[in-house]
Amino acid sequence: MAEAILSAWGRLALPGVELLGENLESLSLGTTLSRGMGRSYGDSSLPARGTDRVVSTRLANRILAFDARTGVVRAEAGLSLVELNRLFVPRGFFPPVTPGTKFVTLGGMVASDVHGKNHHREGCFGAHVRSLRMRLADDSIVTCSPTEHADLFHATIGGMGLLGHILEVEFTLHRIPSPWIFMESERVRDIDEFLAALGRAAPRWPMTMGWIDCLQRGRSMGRGILMAGRWAEPHEAPKEPPRAAAELTFPVELPDWALNPTTASLFNTAYYWRHTQQRVETIVAPEPFFYPLDAILHWNRVYGPRGFTQYQCVLPRAAGPAAVRAFMELLTRLGGASPLCVIKDCGPEGEGLLSFPLEGTSIAVDMAISPDIQRIVDRLNEFVIAAGGRIYLTKDRFTRPEHFRAMEPRLERFFAVREKWDPHRRLRSAQSVRLFGDRA
Amino acid sequence: MKAVVLGGTGGMGRAVARKLAERGDEIFLMGRDAGDLARSAADLEARQPKNARVAYAVCDLEKPEGFAAALDEADRALGGFDTVVVTAGMFATQEALEADVELTRRLLTVNYTNTVVFCEHARKRLLERGGGQLTVFSSVAGDRGRKPVALYGSSKAGLSHYLEALDHKFHAKGLSVLCVKPGFVKTGMTAGLKPPPFAGEPDDVAKHVVRAMVARKPLLYTPAIWALVMLVIRWLPRFVMRRIGF
Ligand SMILES: Cc1cc2nc3c(=O)[nH]c(=O)nc-3n(C[C@H](O)[C@H](O)[C@H](O)COP(=O)(O)OP(=O)(O)OC[C@H]3O[C@@H](n4cnc5c(N)ncnc54)[C@H](O)[C@@H]3O)c2cc1C
Ligand SMILES: NC(=O)c1ccc[n+]([C@@H]2O[C@H](COP(=O)([O-])OP(=O)(O)OC[C@H]3O[C@@H](n4cnc5c(N)ncnc54)[C@H](OP(=O)(O)O)[C@@H]3O)[C@@H](O)[C@H]2O)c1
Repeated sequence: MAEAILSAWGRLALPGVELLGENLESLSLGTTLSRGMGRSYGDSSLPARGTDRVVSTRLANRILAFDARTGVVRAEAGLSLVELNRLFVPRGFFPPVTPGTKFVTLGGMVASDVHGKNHHREGCFGAHVRSLRMRLADDSIVTCSPTEHADLFHATIGGMGLLGHILEVEFTLHRIPSPWIFMESERVRDIDEFLAALGRAAPRWPMTMGWIDCLQRGRSMGRGILMAGRWAEPHEAPKEPPRAAAELTFPVELPDWALNPTTASLFNTAYYWRHTQQRVETIVAPEPFFYPLDAILHWNRVYGPRGFTQYQCVLPRAAGPAAVRAFMELLTRLGGASPLCVIKDCGPEGEGLLSFPLEGTSIAVDMAISPDIQRIVDRLNEFVIAAGGRIYLTKDRFTRPEHFRAMEPRLERFFAVREKWDPHRRLRSAQSVRLFGDRA
Repeated sequence: MKAVVLGGTGGMGRAVARKLAERGDEIFLMGRDAGDLARSAADLEARQPKNARVAYAVCDLEKPEGFAAALDEADRALGGFDTVVVTAGMFATQEALEADVELTRRLLTVNYTNTVVFCEHARKRLLERGGGQLTVFSSVAGDRGRKPVALYGSSKAGLSHYLEALDHKFHAKGLSVLCVKPGFVKTGMTAGLKPPPFAGEPDDVAKHVVRAMVARKPLLYTPAIWALVMLVIRWLPRFVMRRIGF
């Protein structure tokens, strides 16, 4: 019965009881939700009711099998990417897909079906999962895979913990030629050029993404820096492995006003022009390449006690560059955007029933919580619905149920599978209460 | 090292076993559940650079009749161990113990009597082969008689006492004994409790402990700040102790 308050990355804190322990099988009996490191921004890892007991998987972190020939790993769901990378990068393996933070658990990666810089090549994490061992709502334990209880498997991938507690995950690590990244970064003048540059980079690079200065309006709207990379070949890489980065902690909670349009704009301008050359090729360590924000622990304190949210949506390729430009215009007009705005072109939709990405352009932007936030999210959502896109549940805390339904044609299929495995909707979260009308 | 770890399936024991495995030490695990031991052994195997096998045996601190056989098995698997680490132990709140005398009896037996008996089996074997290293987890709770940990603390006080004497008695014969006194550490054992200031993480504790083992230290407060905290508490006059709820 640890803390009576549980919080998520956006600093949303709700009453709740977290059960911490090493044995997920016993902990998960009779509980309504599992959570990992709470790196989801919104309410997906928080309990439906303050009295609900939520399993914290962090201590259930054993590797149960590893085959160095195939890269196949089976591990308990609380194993973190920090630990996985620490152990396997020196041996020449890397997760097939990694999100932009290493402070996540395997269970969280499956439940959100996370994507990374290589989505256009490798799809989401779920595409590399071979099987899952799960505790279901009726307290039974089953193993599911693309061939065994496939409906359960596909609904669990990206299913935000609503199908069952993930106890174990089996997936395949990729071989890497060296522990270094060959990176090319390029300054990009505006949003149209950005989309073109992402399109040009995709066939050439296994990993791409862009940072956008989303406070710029007019001609420079959507300017930013495109980063593309691949694992360096041994002959290009330094002889020594990268040194472990020093861990800095953001020491204090800043006041709400610290991050405001002026400071944000100063930061963005400095960040943009720090990239003094048009195009740079370098060898960099994986840490700053994949996890730039992890260099400072607790960076979410920058937003102050009001907290923040991230708005992430994907607009389908079919909607064209005009839709992306219009979205960026709407975003800058509505205000509320912060220095963090990331753009990425996604590959085809995966098999996860509620998995986020679809072929098109994803835009993610952090926004401080303000009295206006609901209106901003509503307006953005209306735009996304009209463009045929959708939002990412793991980042969300403000989308209205009718909006989500309108952007998610797969929802009925998801509900049907959930009805089969959990007819009483015992497994639920604050997010499923808000979006799917589950009982609180 | 060729190390036996009793309690290596969970908490700080898991963290210590991992540190040793990553250093390339050979490990034999002991604990009370065979399935859990198998999973922990697999975890250690995956972490070992050499991919060596990690064997294990069931050994329950509530069943002292099994101690000798488990240590024999460890000897066979490791070809003679030179290091023994005991982290296994029981905790219950003072409230729960006061309400249940049988629970109190069990806890005192596990944490004191049976842990000492296990150590006696282990140290004899180590001394027969010219010495070695014995590391046992006691607690800061054993340093002073304190209201919130009167019973648990007394079991650890007895254990600390024994370990200190063991160190004095056999140090010259090549046996080094390390008494580890953790402060509050965030493990399954303390999961229900509100972490005080200076609460530690098992991984940091493990790093600290392995360093002390290698340096053959006799006593370790961990996280390090607890050495200072306990220095103050050890010197608090009795009348002050009586007043405070600590
Ligand atoms: C700085 C930062 C960068 C990020 N970058 C990316 C990115 O590039 N791409 C991306 O896709 N995501 C990204 N994310 C989001 C993050 O990857 C996901 O939110 C991820 O799910 C968090 O993992 P977690 O272990 O913290 O899970 P939590 O946040 O604790 O939980 C997330 C969801 O998973 C469920 N869950 C967790 N464990 C289990 C389990 N064992 N069984 C069943 N359900 C479970 C929870 O119920 C909840 O619905 C980023 C987040 C941050 C903070
Ligand atoms: N955590 C703290 O804050 C703290 C502070 C001071 C001292 N300590 C002491 O430090 C030691 C380790 O604590 P921890 O927090 O790591 O504990 P933990 O997380 O509870 O782990 C204890 C380990 O010992 C095993 N164990 C328990 N009872 C056993 C028995 N009868 N026979 C065999 N194995 C048994 C457990 O196995 P199972 O999984 O089978 O239970 C587990 O592997 C203990 O002696 C504790 O008293 C802890």
